[in-house]
Amino acid sequence: MSETDYMLAVEGLTVSFDGFRAVDDLTFYVDRNEIRVIIGPNGAGKTTVLDLICGRTKASAGSIKFQNEELRTLKEHQIVRRGVGRKFQTPSIYDDLTVFENLEISFPRGRGVFGALAFRRDAEVRDRVEEVAKTIFLADALQRRAEFLSHGQKQWLEIGMLLIQQPSLMMLDEPVAGMSVAERKKTAELLHTITAGRSVLVVEHDMGFVEDIAHRVTVMHQGKILSEGTLAHVKADQRVVDVYLGH
Amino acid sequence: MSLLARLNTPERRELLWLAIFSVIILVVLPSILEPFRLNLFGKYLTYGFVTLGLVICWGDAGILSLGQGVFFGLGGYCMAMFLKLEASSVANTKIQSTPGIPDFMDWNQITHLPFFWQPFHSLAFSLAAVVVVPTVLALVIGVAMFKRRVGGTYFAIITQAIAAILTILIIGQQGYTGGVNGITDLRTLWGWDIRTDHAKTILYFVSAIALILCILAARVVRMSKLGRLLRALRDREDRVRFSGYEVANFKIFAFCFAAAVAGIGGAMFTLQVGFMSPSLIGIVPSIEMVIFCAVGGRTSLLGAVYGALLVNWAKTTFSEDLPQLWLLAMGGLFIAVVLAFPNGLAGIFRLAIDRLPKGPGGRRQPGITPVVAEQAGAPQ
Ligand SMILES: Nc1ncnc2c1ncn2[C@@H]1O[C@H](COP(=O)(O)OP(=O)(O)O)[C@@H](O)[C@H]1O
Ligand SMILES: [Mg+2]
Repeated sequence: MSETDYMLAVEGLTVSFDGFRAVDDLTFYVDRNEIRVIIGPNGAGKTTVLDLICGRTKASAGSIKFQNEELRTLKEHQIVRRGVGRKFQTPSIYDDLTVFENLEISFPRGRGVFGALAFRRDAEVRDRVEEVAKTIFLADALQRRAEFLSHGQKQWLEIGMLLIQQPSLMMLDEPVAGMSVAERKKTAELLHTITAGRSVLVVEHDMGFVEDIAHRVTVMHQGKILSEGTLAHVKADQRVVDVYLGH
Repeated sequence: MSLLARLNTPERRELLWLAIFSVIILVVLPSILEPFRLNLFGKYLTYGFVTLGLVICWGDAGILSLGQGVFFGLGGYCMAMFLKLEASSVANTKIQSTPGIPDFMDWNQITHLPFFWQPFHSLAFSLAAVVVVPTVLALVIGVAMFKRRVGGTYFAIITQAIAAILTILIIGQQGYTGGVNGITDLRTLWGWDIRTDHAKTILYFVSAIALILCILAARVVRMSKLGRLLRALRDREDRVRFSGYEVANFKIFAFCFAAAVAGIGGAMFTLQVGFMSPSLIGIVPSIEMVIFCAVGGRTSLLGAVYGALLVNWAKTTFSEDLPQLWLLAMGGLFIAVVLAFPNGLAGIFRLAIDRLPKGPGGRRQPGITPVVAEQAGAPQ
């Protein structure tokens, strides 16, 4: 494939686990500044797609081009350093550390062993941590141990841990699962404020939330793409109604 | 305001505990113990080097190594090789068929000093080797294992196997290593007789000061972002990896750090005890080292060092009378600690401190920083 303007170009992506094709010849493109939502029934392969992009799972075939660079041959930390951030399905934060320390650890400096040893908490780090904490509604909780945050706050914290790295592509796996209605609304706002200059790839079930945030929607089923387009377009697609929205 | 209330920052409290520890080993023990007992404590201190390394490697980074005896032994052997060469001067060994080489080589019909023994004529080389040899071996093992994402139980078993291999190698290559007897009959360090009570007392102080320096070095690591990353990857390896860190390198560092300090401990052991042998570094001693650390508290530097001192002291005291029972008692102790007090004596101590009534400045709010800092390494 030649140079494109896409942030992310996934083509023919396939992975099998013991002969079972969890992701099967998948092709899709994500634009710059786009919020793309992937929906689909449980086991459709949504999480696996994110795993493939961030290098956690190795693809059997296909290509993943991020800003025209092939990611398949890179290691996880290299993919992150290129600008791909990943939030996991269950909140994955450091319980023993404070909110401040959680964000600080994610600050993209001193990433080598000796760089980490020499790392100093200077004004730049402090300002950036405070700025991000404000964005994720945790400005007042900086000294709180992460373990004591509410479930929703933990989700935000993990989003903040990505934000502080200023990724060009943010991938969020079910970010509002388990959140209250009020928290979902705030999360939707949050996503809108942070998309400037980056693309976001979200896996989500909550249709209200999808409606709030999605620019385009990709519907997956059994490792394949069932339908793609605006939310109104896929909602009108009979196959989508049959396998996913109908029940 | 009570003293505890004024020491309300975890860092200050931690330094207070370190100061108390330093007074105990530098002032109290030397003034109450006769030279023979002090020398025994000097030996226990050398295990403190190993356990403080285990705090970084096992307690922080979550890498259980059942082969720390290997690194302790390599450090000890590097020191012993230097001392042995000095003890094997031509004048001292003129009755041998080949004078000037260690006695056990002569008994094994070896007539030339093997090439890898040659550099150990130099004290500077030997001292460097005490740290470098264990570190390089740890680096090789670490790269081979952690880059391939071998961890947990598999890693522990492999370290155990390496301990077994090293002892078998040493015992089998009697002519080069002194075999099962080890390297014995060490006499002088640059002409200074290390066997006298006076020399042993001085070596005790050298060990104690080296140990305090190693604790300070480990403290620097633990208080840096590197230390926080080690604890972070123990619990959330993927989150660390997907924050742009190459996790394997951090594990390799922790393992190498533990190996380096264990090597220093081994060298101090050789100097104070006067020999080094395979029985001190194999599977069982390696497991014992982990037990010292677990009993003292694997998340506390000072706890782990106290663990080494206390368990060894108990071992000497009780095993004089009941050697078989001691092994059982040790196993029981380990199980009890792991099940009931995962943070060992240090954990119990912390609980006790937290129960103490506090002055107005010392009140803690739940979930606010002090708890964090405690987990993050303090108080020790
Ligand atoms: N590492 C793995 N090994 C084996 N099977 C897997 C693995 N990861 C995912 N799968 C399988 O692939 C399918 C898709 O899973 P997943 O991507 O988690 O679905 P979704 O996120 O859409 O609910 C499931 O059937 C799951 O069991
Ligand atoms: Mg999923």
